[in-house]
Amino acid sequence: MSVLVDAQTRVVIQGITGHQGTVHTRGMKEFGTAVVAGVTPGKAGATVEGVPVFDSVREAVAASKANASCIFVPAPFAKDALVEAVDAGIRLCTVVTEHIPFHDMLVMYHYARAHGTRIIGPNCPGIAAPGKAKVGIIPNVVFRPGRVGVVSRSGTLTYEIVNGIKERGLGQSTCLGLGGDPVVGTSFVDALPHFQADPETDVLVLVGEIGGTAEEEAAEYLQHHFTKPVVAYIAGRSAPPGKRMGHAGAIISRGRGTAETKLAALEKAGAKVARFPYEIPELVAGIVAQQARR
Amino acid sequence: MVKLAEWRGKELFRKYGIALPPGQVVRSPAEAESAVASGGVPLPCVVKAQVLAGGRGKGGAVRFAATAVEARTASEAILALEFKGERVKEVLLEGKVAISRELYLSIALDRSARLPVLITSGQGGVEIESVADSAIDRQLVDPFPGLAAYERRQAARSLGLTGAAAKSLDALLTQLWTLFDREDAELVEINPLALVGDRLIALDAKVIIEDDAAFRHPEYAAIRDDRTPLEEIAREKEIAFVQLDGNIGVIANGAGLTMATLDVLKEFGGNPGVFLDLGGTDDPRKVTEAFLLMAQAHPKAVFLNIFGGVTRCDTVAKGLVEAMQQVPVAERFPLVARIRGNNEKEGVEILRAAGISSVPDLKASAQAVVAAAGGRP
Repeated sequence: MSVLVDAQTRVVIQGITGHQGTVHTRGMKEFGTAVVAGVTPGKAGATVEGVPVFDSVREAVAASKANASCIFVPAPFAKDALVEAVDAGIRLCTVVTEHIPFHDMLVMYHYARAHGTRIIGPNCPGIAAPGKAKVGIIPNVVFRPGRVGVVSRSGTLTYEIVNGIKERGLGQSTCLGLGGDPVVGTSFVDALPHFQADPETDVLVLVGEIGGTAEEEAAEYLQHHFTKPVVAYIAGRSAPPGKRMGHAGAIISRGRGTAETKLAALEKAGAKVARFPYEIPELVAGIVAQQARR
Repeated sequence: MVKLAEWRGKELFRKYGIALPPGQVVRSPAEAESAVASGGVPLPCVVKAQVLAGGRGKGGAVRFAATAVEARTASEAILALEFKGERVKEVLLEGKVAISRELYLSIALDRSARLPVLITSGQGGVEIESVADSAIDRQLVDPFPGLAAYERRQAARSLGLTGAAAKSLDALLTQLWTLFDREDAELVEINPLALVGDRLIALDAKVIIEDDAAFRHPEYAAIRDDRTPLEEIAREKEIAFVQLDGNIGVIANGAGLTMATLDVLKEFGGNPGVFLDLGGTDDPRKVTEAFLLMAQAHPKAVFLNIFGGVTRCDTVAKGLVEAMQQVPVAERFPLVARIRGNNEKEGVEILRAAGISSVPDLKASAQAVVAAAGGRP
């Protein structure tokens, strides 16, 4: 088992003939993922990295039995792509595309939810379970199979942290990148029950950032429903209020969403708090050593 | 994030039929006097600085005038102001209205609920953050049906409005919702919303339009009230660039990593001056452009912190070396690089050939850049 993806995951790439779609199709295949179809309207019959291309998700699913999609289409068309995937029966959609207007994402989220589809993202690196499947763009080299779960609002920072865990001699069960937008399909609170239920995850690393209250809500969940040890880190302690720090969702507005309140909440919930990214692997290793002694 | 000044927000309000006091925006004292003298602005009137920062009333950026000459002198004083770092370029003159109550009304995004939220309060005219929760009514609005009639009735009840005033609110809420939805707004706020007889009049307007919806709204692209000139250039080049008040420039890839880098610098006594997130790129030209932009901010030292994933280390190294050759010698700055991850070896080699060493340890590299900027080591 793992979280949300496994060896049965069969991926259709929406926007496969674009530059990003092509590059990351190769990456997913090299990871060992079953990438079974691609979609670009008007390009049916082509192949990309050995993957057959279809005009519509419905045709792709009919021919390939795809059960997950990865969306790379440009922001103005992302809402349509998501609706198409949902209507074709896809129940797990990873949206890599960034700069999707949140008004569109509100519609996407509630439409998907009404049909039982989970969205990961948008503006996210996706999800990867080493040895099983990757849906998204997390670089393959940072991984090694293991028992550390990672859930994060960041992209590159997550790669660095996951890599640090690997260099410390540990490996990952599942790494889930939620995305840096104000409205995300899967939040910490949505993700945590999956890590709790996953028998392959012994310890969880939670990487948050300033803006919103997702970390505070996660802390609430951790306190009452999560039994595994957690190491938490929040980026943006030095960020000034009112400035959007690269991610659309990373903004301290009207005094809310500061790193201090998030760190305090997570600490209160029993998480071990890292002040810097490079402290995370050491804290995780300490917990793993403790678990081994038991 | 496009924050609209009050007068721009009110132009939008007018477009959607929301009632406003009679008024005019002016850019010189003479224009202010003639706006009043011509009858475009009734007397007495209020004279307001058009700045984005809040707290104008207490900060001397709002004055009153009973004659055309007073409107002129008040405008002159306000146009000379620099309000919380913003130079005042426009002044809004509006006829005073006979207010019987001041209310609060806004539509914003509730990130946790993933729904718009309609917020109403009978205590308008003060910052909503200072109003007790018990005096604020919040209703989540589903975007599929839109703002429903029962929600509008609930808003009227929460504000204690009945009869014609409640009808007036009903129409206003529909207009405000339509604006929020069609203009891709992040926030529309009317505070205070004045009850004048049984009419509702928007005395202020705070509107923020979402950047990411720019492809649907080219009309907002020209509004740059809220950005520094360098931030504006960065925006055109699709580089996330934020100017801060320190002297160390930070270039990293990914928002989270860039923020974490600032945090580490601050911990070691550094003071970040520029946040530059390269994002994911495999084009060395974009890296060069980012560096040249950074050079224009005249940092005392620059910290390049790259973890190669989608972005390859050698791509960044090539772009960096190219940029360093283009920066005039007099404007060059000490540079500390830390590049790790995808194609790290090749990247480090390219930098070494150009005389730049890469420090793999984040702590050590942060300390080195702080020292280079003249802060405590």
